[in-house]
Amino acid sequence: MSLLSCKDIGISFGGLKAVDGFSIDINQKELVGLIGPNGAGKTTIFNMMTGVYLPTEGDIQLDGKTLVGKKPYDIVQMGAARTFQNIRLFRDLTVIDNVKIALHHEIDYGLFAGIIRGKKYDRAEEKAQVEAMELLKIFEMEEYAEQKAKNLPYGKQRKLEIARALATNPKVLLLDEPAAGMNPQETQELMDTIHFIRDHFQIAVLLIEHDMNLVMGICERLIVIDYGKIIAKGTPEEIRSNEEVIGAYLGS
Amino acid sequence: MTEKRKRLVINISLILSVYVILFVLIKLKVINRYYEGIMIACLINVILATSLNLATGFLGQLALGHAGFMAVGAYTAAIVTKTIGMPGTLQLLISLVIGGIAAGAMGVVIGIPALRLRGDYLAIITLGFGEIIRVMLFNLDITGGARGLRGIPKLAGFNVVFWVCVLVVAVLYAVTHSKQGRAIMSIREDEIAAEAVGIPTVNYKLLGFVLAAFFAGVGGGLYAHYMTVLDPKTFNFMRSVEILVIVVLGGMGSLTGSIIAAVGLTILPEALRSFSEYRLLLYSALLIVMMIFKPGGILGQREFSVQGLLKRLKKPVVEGGEE
Amino acid sequence: MQFIQQFINGVHVGSIYALIALGYTMVYGIVKLINFAHGEIMMLGAYVGFFAIGLWGLPFPLALLVAMVFSALLGVVIERIAYKPLRNAPRISALITAIGMSLLLQNIALVLFGPDPQKMPAVISKEAIHLGSIQISYLTIVTLVLAVGFMILLELFIKRTKTGKAMRAVSQDKAASTLMGIDVNRIISVTFAIGSALGALGGVLYAVAYPQVEPYMGIMPGLKAFVAAVLGGIGSIPGAMIGGFILGIMESLTKGYISSQWSDAVVFGVLILVLLIKPSGLLGKNTREKV
Repeated sequence: MSLLSCKDIGISFGGLKAVDGFSIDINQKELVGLIGPNGAGKTTIFNMMTGVYLPTEGDIQLDGKTLVGKKPYDIVQMGAARTFQNIRLFRDLTVIDNVKIALHHEIDYGLFAGIIRGKKYDRAEEKAQVEAMELLKIFEMEEYAEQKAKNLPYGKQRKLEIARALATNPKVLLLDEPAAGMNPQETQELMDTIHFIRDHFQIAVLLIEHDMNLVMGICERLIVIDYGKIIAKGTPEEIRSNEEVIGAYLGS
Repeated sequence: MTEKRKRLVINISLILSVYVILFVLIKLKVINRYYEGIMIACLINVILATSLNLATGFLGQLALGHAGFMAVGAYTAAIVTKTIGMPGTLQLLISLVIGGIAAGAMGVVIGIPALRLRGDYLAIITLGFGEIIRVMLFNLDITGGARGLRGIPKLAGFNVVFWVCVLVVAVLYAVTHSKQGRAIMSIREDEIAAEAVGIPTVNYKLLGFVLAAFFAGVGGGLYAHYMTVLDPKTFNFMRSVEILVIVVLGGMGSLTGSIIAAVGLTILPEALRSFSEYRLLLYSALLIVMMIFKPGGILGQREFSVQGLLKRLKKPVVEGGEE
Repeated sequence: MQFIQQFINGVHVGSIYALIALGYTMVYGIVKLINFAHGEIMMLGAYVGFFAIGLWGLPFPLALLVAMVFSALLGVVIERIAYKPLRNAPRISALITAIGMSLLLQNIALVLFGPDPQKMPAVISKEAIHLGSIQISYLTIVTLVLAVGFMILLELFIKRTKTGKAMRAVSQDKAASTLMGIDVNRIISVTFAIGSALGALGGVLYAVAYPQVEPYMGIMPGLKAFVAAVLGGIGSIPGAMIGGFILGIMESLTKGYISSQWSDAVVFGVLILVLLIKPSGLLGKNTREKV
């Protein structure tokens, strides 16, 4: 059985079908790319998967449980975490606090224990500190831990957002144009990191990108959409030679 | 955690020495009745400002009905004391808790509809709520109507007010430094991102808002038992704004900032008695100027600490990324 | 019969609320700011009208014009000084500034004019037309004609003129409007000017109706007009008009049938109910934040 599956989902805004009949199956530990020109509906699909939008039709399941109608924060706990196209960090908080906030459900003490600040609080906070630092280490960001997130260079902000998503301990990670605004070298590094994350954490990754060439190298499978509909599926090799895809990108 | 223990020891000894000094000065009559009254007003304002800071500074929701919550706490506590009538501090503590719970319950009632909406609606709803409370205070029998509530036993003096104030600030400090506090701050920073990392935002908005209301109620209860008379006129919109000015001036998101600003803005008008006509003129101008030129207030989101001060004095560090 | 009488009173006060509500809704539509100072702009407009009539002896139409021009300028100046620097700041900062501005104007009025209410001269005859047992005063008629007249003018202005179209464009998307060659700053100024002028019109009519002016007179009508704007759907101009009338009528009926002391509580109760049931108001559109 697949880990994350969408069956014929669709959504319309004021009569306009933004996404129509979209289906996808993502297996454990798979690295899949969702590509398409700007405005094709990629982010809208993410928004439906993460509970920001309610699909008007179809069903989305994670591990056999439906995600439709669930709140974004419940979906995170069920195992789907995401990043945003336009970075959304907790800008005025420190880098490590950004990660610790995502560890919220791992940290085990109630409000009362938090006020008393006893042994339980100490232990849980210490554990969170260690875990958060470990995550930052993966992205080579330990030295930035006490800095405010907004003061990080752009590339590091993108990485922090991924680290924060990973802190929620997801089964599938949804990355929305993680390489946007990066130069070719940074992009290459990031793609390597994404590959590493998949292997290290043994999770599935669904990656949105509008630049096809970026994802060709690392994704095992690609899905191409245009005007809210799937126009092609397959391995990077198959996609590269698909007439319709070339048409969508070149505007035939 | 030795660092934590060290900080605890420093803070406790600091608070104790402040207390002892003030206590001795009162006993020696260096601080007379009048000054003691100002001190108590300062402490009550500290409670109101730090609690509002939780909702506005840490949670990022502009609440304009803090005087309303204070009023609910004040009247409830006063009525409880008058009905039960046990003597002494135990009665006061019971009344304070019940007053706080009443204000907190009111916070739930207002918060559930209001917090689902965007921020600026909360401002209006809390403002409207404050007005409704005021209309009720003027027109209900149990609150004594426009004449006010009289004959409340004077159960709150400097000692009680001081230690309740310390307790409130300590609890607020602990809350803002817990995982619950981080969740609250994440909502201020970016609500959508907070949801996307698993924070149940509705619950935490409600928690921040209700805690703020609860402590405002406690502050109101202390006020009632110090003043012994409650006048419904004092709990108007202007009172809410005064508390907001303290929070903004001290720094939204800084408890110590609120403490400093509360003391400063309580003493200043007393010191400038002849100037009292212009007090609100000054407050409002201050609010605008602060927002335009120094929106972070005195301390921004930082906390003042003795250790931090010492560290700074030892070696002047160049602060990276200051706001 | 009493019902119809109360209804007419409600239409009278409701048309004033509607005029003031237009200022809130126009400004919100363009800069997404609740201009808390709007009630005070209305109050100062009423004072100017009061001086123009009582002190300088101007005829009523001219006094209205002077008050409206004064408030329009005041609105523009306030926007330039206090709100413009905060256009890209967090919403809470702009909101706090607006509250500060409201208090500042109130206290300036307090220092300049003193706290005591001053009696507004009776410029419009208090006589009434009798239709059976129902009375409609000339004041009510004049108020209604002025209010509806200016609303029609506003509607024409926004729909027909180039500036009006530019206003609608700016309310949709500031950045895109700039790219289309619209001077966004000018449009925002025009919006504040028109909204404030209508507020002053409401203020003078309010002062004539209750016949007095005082520094705090902007608070309650201001708040109620805001509730009217929310009720109609904030950002929607027809919404503000409808909301104003509904609120005025409801308030008048509450005073007539329930109790005048509780009418303010009822108004805010309505606000809370609206926000619970349909937060976008009667004519407002649901907006969602782009993720």
